[in-house]
Amino acid sequence: MSHIPENLLYTRTHEWVHNNGDGTVTVGITDHAQDLLGDMVFIELPEIGTTVDREEEVVVVESVKAASDVYAPVGGEIVAVNERLTNAPELVNKDAYDDGWMMKIRVEDKLDLDELLSSQDYQELLEEEQDDED
Amino acid sequence: MGKKTPLYEAHLSAGAKIVDFAGWLMPIHYGSQLDEHHWVRTGAGMFDVSHMTVVDLKGDRTREFLRALLANDVDRLTTPGKALYSCMLRQDGGILDDLIVYGMAADWYRMVVNAATREKDLAWMRTQAQPYGIDITERTDLAMIAVQGPAARGKVHAILGARAGALPDLKPFNALALNTWFIARTGYTGEDGYEIILPAIDAVDFWQQLRNADVHPCGLGARDTLRLEAGMNLYGTDMDESLTPLDCGLAWTVAFTPEDRQFIGRDALEALKQSGLRHRFVGLILEERGVLRGHQKVFIDGKEVGITTSGTFSPTLKQAIAMARLSVLDGHHCAVEIRGKLLPARIVKPVFVRNGKSCVDA
Repeated sequence: MSHIPENLLYTRTHEWVHNNGDGTVTVGITDHAQDLLGDMVFIELPEIGTTVDREEEVVVVESVKAASDVYAPVGGEIVAVNERLTNAPELVNKDAYDDGWMMKIRVEDKLDLDELLSSQDYQELLEEEQDDED
Repeated sequence: MGKKTPLYEAHLSAGAKIVDFAGWLMPIHYGSQLDEHHWVRTGAGMFDVSHMTVVDLKGDRTREFLRALLANDVDRLTTPGKALYSCMLRQDGGILDDLIVYGMAADWYRMVVNAATREKDLAWMRTQAQPYGIDITERTDLAMIAVQGPAARGKVHAILGARAGALPDLKPFNALALNTWFIARTGYTGEDGYEIILPAIDAVDFWQQLRNADVHPCGLGARDTLRLEAGMNLYGTDMDESLTPLDCGLAWTVAFTPEDRQFIGRDALEALKQSGLRHRFVGLILEERGVLRGHQKVFIDGKEVGITTSGTFSPTLKQAIAMARLSVLDGHHCAVEIRGKLLPARIVKPVFVRNGKSCVDA
């Protein structure tokens, strides 16, 4: 079973969100998502200063298997991106929740955070998806 | 329920991620497709390819039959054990499948065809064989393991010990029957190695011996990136029944001489040659960061001129590569549409990596 840290929030589209407590959040994709996608070979990050809407496509991750979109879990301004991923996309596979972070967003509307899933909700979502597969 | 090869349980215990491939439950990778790719380029990897269809053709008129059935000419197999790559065509020149045929004796040829085309191929061959009285037997009692990479042959020789016999002297693209085992110095990776066809009951033991000798299990994912780097076509992706060998870079596999050999599809191909080739089959190297995939549109000077048939991020070159079918014969540069953007690419011969080394200019 994939790793789901309790201190993070999640989306139904397999992003994780860390509330930094200073009006920004850090965003990446979950261990489950990286496992499904396989080895990462290219990650296209947004430009700093871009404003994104909640659920807007913001990052493209290309694995050996396919290209996938990463959606913004909250609306706001991109204030930082993980430049290391440009030359080392495999960090997402090796350490999805730490070195594999993708971007920081300054949250425009705090209510967006209420829409996110707790680790327990996300765990249940994965179990449902697993059941659908079986 | 998907079909399982004799090695299915061994894959699960090695941590394989299993996918359905042409009705078979096969390992796509065992953790990291990229690592598996590099093992084959630098050391030794092994693939369970038991899903592929092994067919034995026996009878006095087998050679005569195959000379009519295949676009390549089995008369090129001048010594026992030699292998030949060929397409099997419809009357209209469309490719039914690509295959390898081994000429083992005057009255025994062994053929390996794709899993996805198994039923179609067998039905076609049996229909065409009727006038020749050939015995066509699918060998479902056999398994097949490909051991590939610069260290692969040495590892196999060490495991077989004295049983290896004349194996170390086997030349590339030749096969040897060793009792119930059949060992061919062929592959689908661009590296040296063997494809070993053995009784299903021997497969698990041999697989384990290879693992003990530090030969890494590799899945279908790495098999695909390796074959693409090596410039080897994949049936159903780079070619199908709507295309002829002349459309997908396989003209070299069609034996037009001798001119009196009337193989199935010959008339259609002759007519096509007369009319001028319809397509140019090329390799592409993306000049910017990104990943090429199959079915992306190719442009030259703003005009759509073709499509990628398969593409990937080349783990060896660390650049995106693709095979593409173009309607124009000239040009060294093009643009590929990737997710709505046009990115520049270089047109090269569709061979990117062989024997661990890049085949394209930097």
